[in-house]
Amino acid sequence: MDLLDLMKSSIRAPGRLVNLLTIDELKGIDVDTSGATIGALATLAEIADHPDLARMFPALALAAGHAATPQVRNVATIGGNILQRPRCWYFRMAQYPCLKKGGDTCFAMDGENKYHAIFENSLCAMVHPSNTAVALLALDAVVRTAGSGEIPIRKFFVTPDQDILRESALAEGELVTQLFIPATGARSHYLEFRERQSFDWALVSAAAAAELEGQTLNNARVVLGSVAPIPWRIDLGEIAATDEALDRAADEAVRGATPLAKNKYKVQLARTAIRRSLRELARATE
Amino acid sequence: MAAAGAGRVSAEAGEAPEALGPGPVPCALSVNGREVRIEIEPRVTLLRALRHYSDYTGPKEICDRGACGGCTVLLDGKPVASCMMLALDAQGRPITTVEGLARDGKLHPVQEAFKTCDAYQCGYCTPGMLLSTVALLKENPAPSLDEIKRGLEGNLCRCAAYNHIFDAVQMAAKKMSASPAK
Repeated sequence: MDLLDLMKSSIRAPGRLVNLLTIDELKGIDVDTSGATIGALATLAEIADHPDLARMFPALALAAGHAATPQVRNVATIGGNILQRPRCWYFRMAQYPCLKKGGDTCFAMDGENKYHAIFENSLCAMVHPSNTAVALLALDAVVRTAGSGEIPIRKFFVTPDQDILRESALAEGELVTQLFIPATGARSHYLEFRERQSFDWALVSAAAAAELEGQTLNNARVVLGSVAPIPWRIDLGEIAATDEALDRAADEAVRGATPLAKNKYKVQLARTAIRRSLRELARATE
Repeated sequence: MAAAGAGRVSAEAGEAPEALGPGPVPCALSVNGREVRIEIEPRVTLLRALRHYSDYTGPKEICDRGACGGCTVLLDGKPVASCMMLALDAQGRPITTVEGLARDGKLHPVQEAFKTCDAYQCGYCTPGMLLSTVALLKENPAPSLDEIKRGLEGNLCRCAAYNHIFDAVQMAAKKMSASPAK
């Protein structure tokens, strides 16, 4: 769907397309005690509505359910979702020869950068557009490919510094076949802030995961969306599930932010997203 | 799905599949229970195939980017943005456009409710709103107001007739559960 969008906007003009929709092996969702195996062609609607995923990996089901609209979720695949190209308007307009299109300028740096990155933005200020990527990173998913085999999701997304022309570590012609999420018993949650209630891209999103032991969150991590060219993971280790400790962690996590002229508001949103998503994990105690 | 899926795909990658296009190729769509045979370039979207290569002008082209819901049709009973998929991918799957809602000259209960509640101004979003409502009520015959808003979140009404539209959905839900149709 994103490719069709890029073709309509004259950003891509592929000479030949390969239809993956005919490959049944890429479809379906299997959940067992070891974890969830999700075919690259599983739709966002299937993921959002899957009762086992909602129970074991709520962050992913919530992220998939927040994406776009029913019309899009019924068709859009998880593989396509994590491989979407940036929504940056300079990238999406053919008349701007930006870095991502082989040009030599990031027009967002001194341009309209309200929706752009506040971390890792010195070269290109795009934000990664995928909601589900944020959740998958918090859940330590593994990307399975026809090619190199398995790529831990932490190594799947690449920054502009690593490769300005692409957002993933996939090699040319390499195909995502499945995502695997290991069952670790971690709690997880996803939330996002946006300007409109329906069909909007997140201003900032957050997926949090941790194991709760008494009043302590172990192996706590939060992944922020729409703040950096990759899903932005913050590892907090062991942290007390108190408002004070979570607030301190949130403050610390955004200290290194480098907002641009028009997106300073995202720093505050990021702090709030971190606090609220972690609090939700702690609140889930009876 | 098979865990061996990944291996199979790469093993078969050597076989050259049949290439289509760029010129016109045959395409058979099942629209409102009727088979529609057309010749289209593979790049043609489902929306364009319906509007320009056959006579189904109910789905509207507004944003052409899947952002407004004007082009909504039901595919396998589920709402999709027909502007953001290729017609060839819809082959062999039942498609419902707004033209397929009325039966034997009688409006669908959802259409009746929209009429009664004056659930439109310019009417351009109406076909998409009707189809999203039909799909919503099939899945959830008695939706709450929040569920209605979520079910229709992919359909924009720039006249902002939303309140009347939500009234109409509730009215249709009541009528349809009182006399469950086919």
